[in-house]
This record gives sequence, C-alpha cells and structure tokens, in this order.
Amino acid sequence: MRSLWAIGLALLAGSAQAALTDVTLDNGMRVIVQEDHRAPVMVSQVWYRAGAMDEFNGTTGVAHVLEHMMFKGTQTVPPGEFSKRIAAAGGRENAFTSRDHTAYFQQMQKDRLELAMQLEADRMANLVISDELFAKEIQVVMEERRLRTDDQPQSVVYERLMATAYQAHPYRRPIIGWMDDLKNMTAQDAREWYARWYAPNNATLVVAGDVKADEVVALAKRTFGALPARTLPTRKPQDEPAQVGEKRIVVKAPAQLPYLVMTWHAPTLKDWEKDTTPYALQILAGVMSGNDSARLQKSLVKTQQIAVNASAGYDAVARGPGMFMIDATPAAGKSVAALEQAIRAEISRIQRDGISEAELARVKAQVIAADVYQRDSLFYQAMQLGEYVTAGLPPEALMRRVDKLRAVTAKEVQAVAQQWLQNERLSVAELEPQALTPQPRGAALPGVRHVN
Amino acid sequence: MSIKRLGSVKPFLAVLLLALPLSAQAALAIQHWETAQGARVIFVESRALPILDISVDFPAGSARDPAGKPGLAQLTHALLDQGAGGLSDTAIAHRLADVGAVLSGTFDRDRAGVTLRTLSSTAEKEQALEMLARVLQQPDFPQPVIKREKQRLIAAIREAEADPGTVADKAFYRALYGTHPYAHDESGEPAAIERLTRGELQAFYRTHYSAANAVIAMMGDVTRAEAEAIASRLSAGLSKAAAVPDLPKPAPAADSDTRIRHPSTQSHVLVGAVGMARNDPDFFPLFVGNYVLGGGGFDSRLMREVRDKRGYAYSAYSYFLPMTEVGPFQLGLQTKLEQTDDALKVAQATLRQFIAEGPSEAELTQAKSNLTGGFPLRIDSNKKILDYLSLIGFYKLPLDYLDTWVDKVNAVDVAAVKRAFARRIDPDRLVTVVVGGGSAR
Repeated sequence: MRSLWAIGLALLAGSAQAALTDVTLDNGMRVIVQEDHRAPVMVSQVWYRAGAMDEFNGTTGVAHVLEHMMFKGTQTVPPGEFSKRIAAAGGRENAFTSRDHTAYFQQMQKDRLELAMQLEADRMANLVISDELFAKEIQVVMEERRLRTDDQPQSVVYERLMATAYQAHPYRRPIIGWMDDLKNMTAQDAREWYARWYAPNNATLVVAGDVKADEVVALAKRTFGALPARTLPTRKPQDEPAQVGEKRIVVKAPAQLPYLVMTWHAPTLKDWEKDTTPYALQILAGVMSGNDSARLQKSLVKTQQIAVNASAGYDAVARGPGMFMIDATPAAGKSVAALEQAIRAEISRIQRDGISEAELARVKAQVIAADVYQRDSLFYQAMQLGEYVTAGLPPEALMRRVDKLRAVTAKEVQAVAQQWLQNERLSVAELEPQALTPQPRGAALPGVRHVN
Repeated sequence: MSIKRLGSVKPFLAVLLLALPLSAQAALAIQHWETAQGARVIFVESRALPILDISVDFPAGSARDPAGKPGLAQLTHALLDQGAGGLSDTAIAHRLADVGAVLSGTFDRDRAGVTLRTLSSTAEKEQALEMLARVLQQPDFPQPVIKREKQRLIAAIREAEADPGTVADKAFYRALYGTHPYAHDESGEPAAIERLTRGELQAFYRTHYSAANAVIAMMGDVTRAEAEAIASRLSAGLSKAAAVPDLPKPAPAADSDTRIRHPSTQSHVLVGAVGMARNDPDFFPLFVGNYVLGGGGFDSRLMREVRDKRGYAYSAYSYFLPMTEVGPFQLGLQTKLEQTDDALKVAQATLRQFIAEGPSEAELTQAKSNLTGGFPLRIDSNKKILDYLSLIGFYKLPLDYLDTWVDKVNAVDVAAVKRAFARRIDPDRLVTVVVGGGSAR
C-alpha cells in the first residue's frame, strides 16, 4: 500500500500543476481550458447539451443527423469548406453524438486555434440546411445505421435491450434513430432541432493543449462571445418509473454464436461530493472484469469454461440514469441459460461473501495508474472534461475522482451489489443465432446432432 | 456509447508540419543499439510523465504459419501470458493489475508483439518488467490452457463470420495473395487450430521469439543506462534461434471478381491490388497521392464522389498497407444491396480517372498542407511515439525517418504520384470482392 500512496501524492502534485480555467462568457457559453505543454498541439471541442435524449418520438436520430448537416455549409462558408479549411491547416476534425450531447472537435497545431474557433462560432449561428444536401445526407445516415447496427447482431441486441429496459426515459431510443424515423425525416426536422438547441448558452468549449488560458478565453470572447444567447426549451425529466419485475427478450439475427446481456438500473453521479453508490459501482465493475483474471474472466472463462468472453461495465457519468451491465458469449456446447446461471452465481457470491481486500487494492491500483496514463492523451483529457460538464458535474468532480474511488470500502462494494443487482431491476437479452446461409434441404445444422 | 461521424475503418493517415521554422518541431532524439544477444533496441527518453512504454516485436505474425497450420502463430501469441515461468494465467494478470500495469498484445500478418505500459516508479516498474520478461522468455503453454484458448480463438473466428466486413476482408486477401503466406487470415482456420499440438506451439515459439528476431522499442521515463539494462534483461532469456528467413515475394494477382452471399442489408465492396512494401522507394508519392484518392477522409475524391455527391455510403476510402513484402492497396465502401453495382461503378471510375490523370496541382497542395501541417499530431503522445519507434525498428526504416518525413512529403509532385500509381495499379487488373445479397458466383 505504501507505493500506492506515493503514486497518489505524485498525482495530486501533478494535478495542482495542471492549470484548469473554467469561465462563462456573458452570453452563457462556458469555456474550459486545460493547459498541457508537452507538445505544440491543441484540441478544441465544442459540446452541445443536446443529444438523443432530447429528441421526440417520430424524429429519433435527428441530433445525429444534424451533426452530419453541420458540415454542409453556412451563409458564408460553402458546403464542404469547413473540412477543407481545417484539413489545409493540418487539422484532424470530426464530431460525435451520444445520448447526452453532440460534440465537434479539431486537433491542430497550437497556433491554428483561431481558425477552428471562427469556423465553429460561424456554424453555431449561421448554418444553412438545404433540402438537396439533406436528401443526400439522410441516405448516408441510413447507410451508417445499416453498417453499425442492422448488420451487427450484438448491436441489435443492445438496441432492443435498451428499448426494453427503459419504458419511459428517452434512453430507450437508439442514438442513430429508428430506420423508419430516418426514412421520414425532413430537412425541416433538422432545422427545427438546430434552432432549438444550437446556442452559446447551451454549449461548452473545451480546449486542451499547448495554449495560454487567457488567450483562449479572449479568443472565445471575440468569436463565440459575439453570438446572442437564446431562450432554451424547458427540459422535462422523463424519469423512468421503478421497474416492477424482471424483463426478458430474445433477438433473432443471422449470427454464429449466441450472446447474452444482463442489465440492471442503477444511479449515476449527481452530487459528486455526497454520493457514494456510483463510486462503489465503479469499483464493483472493476472487481468483476477489470483485468484478465478478474472474477468473471477467472470463473466463467478460465475455470468453468462456460464462456469465451465475459465483462461488466458501468458508467457513472451521464445526464440521465445509469445501468450496470454484464455481457458474455457462451463457449461451444454451453447454453445461454447455463451461462446466465453462472453469472448469477458470481453475483450472489459477492452479495453473500463480499470482496477481498486484495481485489479492492488491485482495482484501486488500476484506477490510480489509469489516471496517470490518461495524461498521455490530450484528446481524452478534453473528452472527460466535456462529458463531466455536459452531465452537469463540475470539473472538480473529475479532479477528485481518484480520491473518491480510493475511499470506497469492501463493505460498500458488497452493499451496492446487494442493493442494485436485484432481479426487479434486471433486463436480460439473448441473441438467438439464425443461419447465415440457408441450409440445403435435409442437411444437418453444424454442431447439432441430426436425429432422424 | 457514441456515434462517430466517420468509421474507424482504417486510419486516415492525415496530418503534419508546416514549413514554419518551428523550434517545437525539434527532432525526437532516437537512440538505437543492439543488445549482446542481438536484439535491436530503439529508445526515446522522455521525463514529462511518470510512465514507461515498451513494446517487443517479433517476425512471428500469421505469414509465418507453416503450410497446413494456419493459426499456429496466432495461438502461440495468445498463449504467451496465459501461464509463464510457473506462474498461472491468473497470477500473471493479478501481479500486473496490482501495480496498475497494462500488458497487451499486437498481432498481424508480419508482426507479433507484446506491449507494456507501466508507471515508472521503482516498485511498480520492477514488478511489471518482471512479468513482461517472464511472458516473453518462459511461456509454459500449459495443456489445459491450450485447449481452452483454441476454443476461444475458434469462437472468435465463428463470431466474426456474421460480420460482412470481416468476411469481405478475408476473401480480399485470399483473392489477392493466392498461395502466398499473406493470403490466409491472421486468426487461422478452425479445423487447423483444432489439430495444433503443444509441441508445435513450443517449436514455433523457439524459432520465432528469439533475441536475433526481437525488436525492443522503449519510450518514457528512464535513463539511457536503465533502458540498456532493461533491454539486456528482456533479450537475455530469449532463445538463440537465428533470424527468420525472408518471406517469399507475392506475385501480382490476376483480375478476379468474387461474390459471396450474406444475409446483410448492405454489400461490402472491396477493390484492390498488391501495392507496396515498407521499403518501397515510392512510399511517399503513393502515400501522399492516396490522400487525394481516398486517404484524406472528407478531403478525398472517393468520399466526395461516393458519399457527398450520391449518398451511397457512410465510409468510402482507399489505403496502401505497406508490409514486409508487398502489402495491399485497398479501396472499400459499404452500400445497401440494390445500389451495389452503381456504387462499385462510381468507385471504379474514380480510381481509373485518378490513375489516368493523377491529382491536380491544387489537390496535391492541399494533401501536402494537411500532412505536413498535421505532423506534430503524429508524435504528440508517448503512445504514438512508441508506435513509430516500433515501426522504425521492425521495418528497419532509417533513424531519421521522422526528421525527414515532412521534407519527403513536400518533395512529392504530380508526376511522381502519377508514375507511382500507374506502375502499381492497373485498373484493368483488379481484385474485386462483394459480400452481401443472395447472388453467389
């Protein structure tokens, strides 16, 4: 344990040096700057607090479609020019849409920040969505859906499971949107989304890298600061009613192997100083699958050999509610039902006997090290800041995250397993593989004994 | 869970340095030496973060599978950390995790490697290095673990059969490389994997994971003296087998058209030819030219023609994958079944025109400004630098590879691109693979 303390202290010293600036412009736009002078580069990200969870039925996927349209020109920057100018300046750029947010980024040499900010500020206010370009781009998005979801059986399982586990909360809807909604989407839907959410008072600029914070803030004032704030629509909580019993679905899709996902409703981090459950759930996920011989791997994959893969996951940071999730693929000749029983036995073991101090220390050592490793990636540092802030958490919650995780006790981990991994909160999805190619009449299915 | 606008289909080799007199563009001080046992070492010292990254690579990728044993290289690699020097798989995983170290593997047709990331504080680093040395030098290949890992490898292969992209990629390499060792898939074939024996794994390990074959790349928070000690320690316990022989030269593939039925909603279309090896003198003209054709993301002709103008696909790209021997040139897209032929025609026409006419001066200028202006992003983290060190070491690139990169990009002109493409890619002699729909051929 002594060595862990040493690391922890080094880390605190490190974060004290890492200057973080967090200011809000007069128009309500937030600006966060993380200085890091290791390399002469920077990353600039604009985060909008508008994601799939803010959509309505009938236009699911519009947040992501708008993300695509943001590259299609403004009143002064013709279609395609945004990407072209960033590329000419040596930049890499892209965007991503999640349930909670839509974000746009540029990675460039440090002295190109002004170009990135001018272009971002311009498309925050002056986007032009033409019917013609929309008609092309919606086809691209449907191809994206086919590529990432429809032709990926495990993605289909995940999509349908979310639609089952949540009945009221908008997390039930896929980020990319239901195909029928995409087919019926219009340019006007995208325009309305843009008018509704794209405003400086719904955005956060995160810049990390070899920059001076005061210069970044001054630049932000000159570019984004000139845009007027707008009244944002009221957001309804749409809280998920308490689940009243286990739910199960079967997904049939062309595949060779079955697949199992189990997911329990769980809280996310809201009051980062007082909450304890989210930190304990994070440690629990680490105990279950944080290394190649954590509980699930050791028991299910290595010892019982009932699974070829098994892992647990939990994300504490989100605008909405959370899930503790376990997924696994059964080994050849093992049934999904037997695999589920084996997973349940592992959970019961933790609920009954708790976890060892060695397991707890191991997960904490990994958390501490991972926090140091993250400093090797500017992009990831900026990502984390954006995610925390968009979820309504202060940067301090991120800075103090390691301390909070180190304070978790074995008893707390056992307690959250008992309280949250309950059947009443559980939804289960099973992939039932369908043949990839039609079988000739009379032929035996591979792997199945043919009895006449 | 988030959606990216662009697939991570292949790295868009984009980025790099302006011709500005940037002091920040100070060259990386790359150091190089050989250990007493003959391992090649390539090292950059950096004290900015308390981290040490090491990779150890061997020419032990799937191209080294003996005839009739596809999967031997992959299975050998997978077993390295699953029991070594008398420690069980679990003991190894726990000792690494106990100090927050991350051990991972890299594997492709050319290379099999092990990568370690650890904190540079003494106790943590010492325990992590001890595990790395053990895994490299004393894998036990326990019989029950072999049986288990065979089943897991086979399951992974089976699972991937549902993915039309993977099916297409496998068929592409088969069509392109015929009987060459690059033809078969990196993971091998289930039936052959079933038959592999412990003796075969041990023999493959001894022949390929030797000091003479090893390339050790190190980046981070240690002194040169300590780096030398680490390299000696890692190579000392490796086998004394001689360097592996060269791979055979691939023959140019005849043109072919493979259609594979698949219950997907999209067709995955791949078109290509054998492209270039790592040491190809035309590396830069091909690399820079390909930015214009299909490597530059939204800045490329393929993306413009296939995606922006017609909405045919989410991703449309081309790349050269330089390997020890001539690696592939590949162009790819995915589109709904009914417009497969139209999309394929657009891609073919784009390629044909590019080969006939080359890039315009304006396009080439744009490509060069992106690549040179973005150079600093290629080396802005320890991880990225380690990858370059390992590449330079494994493929025996000149030590000033990164120092001269920008100049070499800038030296490319339209004529060089045209010449280099025309020499390698004959638009009438291409391998085409389409996976999806019901029409098998």
